[in-house]
Amino acid sequence: MTPASAAPRKNAIPIHPPEQGVPLSLANLSRRLRATVEELGRERLTGMYRQMVLIRAFEQRCEQMYQQRKIAGFLHLYMGQEALAVGMLGACRADDYAVTSYRDHGIALSLGIPAKALMAELFGKVTGVSRGKGGSMHFYSKEKNLLGGHGIVGGQIPIGLGAAFRAHYLGTDQVSMIFFGDGAINQGVFHEAANMASLWRLPAIFIVENNRYGMGTAFERASSVHDLTQKAQGYAMEARQVDGMNLLECYAALREVVEVRRRNPSPILIEAKTYRYRGHSISDPATYRSKEEVEAYQRVDPLQQVRRLLGELGWLGDGAAQQLERDVRQEVLDAVAFAEESPFPEPEERSRHVYAP
Amino acid sequence: MTLQKVLFREALNQAMCEEMERDANVFLMGEEVGEYDGPYKVSQGMLARFGPKRVVDTPISENAFCGLGIGAAMTGLRPIVEFMSLNFSLVAFDQIVSNAAKTLYMSGGQFPVPMVMRGPGGAAAQVAAQHSNCVESYFAQVPGLKVVMPSTPYDAKGLLKTAIRDDNPVIFIENELLYGVSQEIPAEEYLIPLGQAHVRVEGSDVTLIAYSRMAHLLESGVLPELRKEGIRAELVDPRTIKPLDLEGLARSVRKTHRAVIVEEGHRFCGVGAEIADRLYSACFDDLDAPLVRVTQQENPLPYSKPLETASLPQVADVVQAVKQVLYRL
Repeated sequence: MTPASAAPRKNAIPIHPPEQGVPLSLANLSRRLRATVEELGRERLTGMYRQMVLIRAFEQRCEQMYQQRKIAGFLHLYMGQEALAVGMLGACRADDYAVTSYRDHGIALSLGIPAKALMAELFGKVTGVSRGKGGSMHFYSKEKNLLGGHGIVGGQIPIGLGAAFRAHYLGTDQVSMIFFGDGAINQGVFHEAANMASLWRLPAIFIVENNRYGMGTAFERASSVHDLTQKAQGYAMEARQVDGMNLLECYAALREVVEVRRRNPSPILIEAKTYRYRGHSISDPATYRSKEEVEAYQRVDPLQQVRRLLGELGWLGDGAAQQLERDVRQEVLDAVAFAEESPFPEPEERSRHVYAP
Repeated sequence: MTLQKVLFREALNQAMCEEMERDANVFLMGEEVGEYDGPYKVSQGMLARFGPKRVVDTPISENAFCGLGIGAAMTGLRPIVEFMSLNFSLVAFDQIVSNAAKTLYMSGGQFPVPMVMRGPGGAAAQVAAQHSNCVESYFAQVPGLKVVMPSTPYDAKGLLKTAIRDDNPVIFIENELLYGVSQEIPAEEYLIPLGQAHVRVEGSDVTLIAYSRMAHLLESGVLPELRKEGIRAELVDPRTIKPLDLEGLARSVRKTHRAVIVEEGHRFCGVGAEIADRLYSACFDDLDAPLVRVTQQENPLPYSKPLETASLPQVADVVQAVKQVLYRL
């Protein structure tokens, strides 16, 4: 294409505001979500809010540490998607399995992996959750049943299927939480796995985190159907859509989905509508979307929604909320200090863990 | 010791059955392994014996069922994933290379992947280019994978049992044309460690290094020809490509001072190139002639018989190579 024929793009970027979502507030809380609030109670709901604040603060600090060159390589941030990970994993048991893509910081923190072990991993230190050998995209935890952050789009999907197969093989009531993005749903391996999960009735919870963009490509430009739950129909698989910006919706949906499957295993596809505030990775200025669109999502910010509700409930006043934020900030600073002070791996670490003994 | 005469495919079947009896976490998964009784009858009778939970027929979805095996292995099971042909393992190349091979390392040692991926590899009889890949060099290049290529029923059984007990992902490559080969093997249980070469035929004039079907070609076709000319060749079978028993190969070369390396795969970046490089380093001063490699030609394998024959290593090619290292041309 010659420069003369290049169409001006700047003004052509469409705005896609959040489609759904009544933002959380006591006044418009449905009976279902009211029951969810009661079930969670003050302590748990405040705890979940704290996790969301922690993810936000952790990611902001990561950005800063990247700019200071303490963190290198690829870095994919989770800001904007906090409600999804915290709500959905909050509805799971500690012995359930989870696997995700390279955008794995939020998932790892939601599973309760200490921020310092994650920050140390990002710094390439031996105290990191993967001993400094994985980096941002490859957080693993045997203790928390996190089967990895995975770098190949969709590559984690059959790994999660394997964990679901294990539950079926051993007759346990565990479920496997398989997170992936709207880009990954077009990979063949999703469709192969969906077919097998349905065929064998495996407890595989396929969660497509639809943050609207697979790198720079809006999902409507990559998928033949724009309601991603339709992809489940070809596999006779149940599906539902969830407002991924809404913590209570995410929690309540997963609680129902998981409970049913513990008694009677079957897979499900959940499309969580969400949004990432940053570009695909730290090196992406995200010029393919408009400022107005980002702002529209920030008006239904998942953290603000929960904070407002907690305030209305009288469970977290302004003073306590500020204290919570200070505590979280300190936790992240401690994580940075821990990462900073931790040693790099010894040279012999290079050749360890290539093969199991 | 009691001996039993078994076919290659039966030896593999015995290995899998014995290990499934021994460990409830071992299961077999693949295309046609159950109700069809195995595309090459390697899993014959196993569905009836172990049931559909442990002998699992899959859809034709190699990437996902291979990945499923990796996830199952990471969470404590010990899958045997059968590829109807190792050619189809290329559909699962991402899962094997990105996940099976690297997970233990990337997780800092937290998640071993105890898994066997097995099936026939190499050229069969006129099945053309897409069904004739020699995949061993592709996989052997990847740290984290082991690659095993037995040539006899005895080796097949002992090595497969060891591979199933290994805590690493093992690519176990059989050969369709060897499934019907028979041999007397012990009826009692035995294992063969990975990474031990075996001297199949002793000799003093030249070392021939070959594995899988090429080892048969040499033993049945090449050695008689050489004997006619008074050449006593030693045939060494590495049996496992990775880990490679360099010392086992070097011991023979130090004795004969000459070697020919034969492989069914292509020349460029082939397994023989690695073996040659290591032998040059390990026994340069022992060599009386440059090593010679015999390999498949550098074209996709054609269907037509004369063209296929011209592409694959033949008896005459190896005899010629032996004469070259002996300076008898």
